[in-house]
Amino acid sequence: MLAAMSGGVDSAVAAARAVDAGHEVVGVHLALSRMPGTLRTGSRGCCTVEDAMDARRVADRLGIPFYVWDFSERFADAVVQDFVDEYAAGRTPNPCLRCNERIKFEALLDRAIGLGFDRVVTGHYARVEHGPAGPELHRAADWAKDQSYVLGVLTGEQLEHCWFPLADTPTKAEVRAEAAERGFLLAQKPDSHDICFIPDGDTRGFLAERLGTAPGEIVDRDGAVVGTHEGVHGYTVGQRRGLSLGVPSPDGRPRFVLEVKPSSRQIVVGPKEALAVARLAGTRVSHAGAAHPGLAAGIDVEVQIRAHADPVPARAQLEGDELVIDPVAPLTGVATGQSAVLYLGTRVLGQVTIDRTVAADRAPQPA
Amino acid sequence: MHEFDHAAATPMRESVRQALADAEPLANPASTHRAGQRARAVLEDARERLAGALGAHPTEVVLTSGGTESINLALKGSWWAARDEGRGTAIVVPVAEHHATLDAVAWLEAQGAEARWVGVDAHAVTDADAFGAALATGGAAVATMLVASNEVGSLQPVGAVADASARAGVPLHLDAVGAFGHVPLRFAETGAALMSVASHKIGGPHGVGALVVRRDARLQALHHGGGQQRGLRSGTQDALGASLFALAAEEALAELDAEATRLHELTTRILALAATLPGVRLLAAEERLPHIAHLVVEGASGEALQFLLDEAGFAVSNGSACSAGVARESHVVRACGVEGAAPLRLSLGRTTTEAEVEALLAALPPAVERARRL
Repeated sequence: MLAAMSGGVDSAVAAARAVDAGHEVVGVHLALSRMPGTLRTGSRGCCTVEDAMDARRVADRLGIPFYVWDFSERFADAVVQDFVDEYAAGRTPNPCLRCNERIKFEALLDRAIGLGFDRVVTGHYARVEHGPAGPELHRAADWAKDQSYVLGVLTGEQLEHCWFPLADTPTKAEVRAEAAERGFLLAQKPDSHDICFIPDGDTRGFLAERLGTAPGEIVDRDGAVVGTHEGVHGYTVGQRRGLSLGVPSPDGRPRFVLEVKPSSRQIVVGPKEALAVARLAGTRVSHAGAAHPGLAAGIDVEVQIRAHADPVPARAQLEGDELVIDPVAPLTGVATGQSAVLYLGTRVLGQVTIDRTVAADRAPQPA
Repeated sequence: MHEFDHAAATPMRESVRQALADAEPLANPASTHRAGQRARAVLEDARERLAGALGAHPTEVVLTSGGTESINLALKGSWWAARDEGRGTAIVVPVAEHHATLDAVAWLEAQGAEARWVGVDAHAVTDADAFGAALATGGAAVATMLVASNEVGSLQPVGAVADASARAGVPLHLDAVGAFGHVPLRFAETGAALMSVASHKIGGPHGVGALVVRRDARLQALHHGGGQQRGLRSGTQDALGASLFALAAEEALAELDAEATRLHELTTRILALAATLPGVRLLAAEERLPHIAHLVVEGASGEALQFLLDEAGFAVSNGSACSAGVARESHVVRACGVEGAAPLRLSLGRTTTEAEVEALLAALPPAVERARRL
């Protein structure tokens, strides 16, 4: 088994458990930054010298071979550039999900299989179960740490070849305690929260550096110009902060970004209730294993639209290539580019990258 | 584990390990009491033996912590002295040097140095004419070149470059870290003003090296303090390390002819096999270090190739790694005009047996084939 070791607590304990389980384990740290020589400052990001060293020291303690593999080019292309392109297209991407899809469980897994490994072991909080139709992806025991959302994009073939040893750990605190017991110096290392390639957290600045300025209009739902902006990539659906509008809102209530339109360089704003979405849909669908037969005729599920959002009841149905999801109650904060992950209980049924949404107040009313 | 990375560090010689185990505690060689005098005697005895092995005078041997320090002292020390004495601020340097040289030159560029880069051919051999032309322009503070490419193994035109340096009146530094002990080399006969060597490349301890400094070379120090070693390298001297380095050097020279013949024959067999493999190219010149077999594999991942050989029990090099452990793209291979190929350096040493080479010859083709499929 090939243990992907980020230098964090979770992947260290996952690798240790793989060794304890009697597997022949090799550790690998992925260098994802173009400048791997950088030292850590403030919060933890991927790809620093210290993270590579922390991972290496865990491998030393476990007595397993350890390598640093350079996936920085693939990462720059498949994750960072994708992130920039998606924002430029007025969408809101999830780079962690993309990294799982294209780097950890594609580029790395392909190489691992090619080199003769059976599985890739990671410190993700999620569980793979073997159901009647093949592998199934489920939420981890610790719902607070559950990461099945960012793994929802994996295929059955990919799930066959991964193992998440932290699946059944009741809480993250126990993982930390186990790391300390095992003598790992990184036991108290802080969790990573930021996007690893934007360690200072300034996403807007990062995008502005790469996309420059492309001024345009901020309009209301009727098309009246209420302000200007320096580039559509600075805006995400549902955003309120940073809207400096010259024209007061007609009813004096706060306005939110309703839509980002890169082709006309327009940002559409409106009242909070206009954010409510009655339908979300997209064609980039994956099934986390065998496609559930109920999707063809329509099935009652729960849908989750962000890594830390609550799942809400919805009806999902495949209409041709398009997966259409109608939340039972209108949903706010939905942006195109996001991944909508479907759950049936703890099981992940799959996900879709949202291409379009239908606002609740403009949706056809049920007869 | 079969060791095919002797050029990174060759195992410590049995005699050296024994001498290390038997070593008496030594006083500070700078102390004037009798215990200090005994340590001083051990130190100077070692320096004289090293000087003998290097073809230099004992006064010329400045002990350092290894090759990188020696190279930094040679280049920075010479450049500072030339600048302060108004002799020039340019550095003549081939593009395929070791990172110790490249990075020291880059640092000096930030201090105002003008780097005059000299190209290499498809075998990583320095263009001696271009080197001479860069010197003839005038205003050079120092010139530097490897004795042999530490990656590809090709021998460099030391004679021609030394002549050109002498004509221009510019001190020449030779980076002999990877070559000393593997090819005949007498400092006094090279015409160089400075020469760097390191102990761990010939079976001595890690962390010991020397810079040979000709008596007339003008040099400023990197370290300041007690003024040891002509004021060029202040700091308490490592008498034990020096004596172990000297022992390794004497043994290496004593067996040089026989080992060079034996290892050249073995590396020739490796290269002959490699040349038959699809996608493999050889870069070394005809005249090369006897113990290095270097190849590049087109369309392969160097990380995968190294992993497959490591897993099969062969320690090999796929290039130098940065501080995070990422193998850097080889500037030497790139300078040879090869892009996007995985370099593989197989370096042999005195512990290498014919059976180990046979095993490598069996393991190499499937590993190369598999790495090209990934």
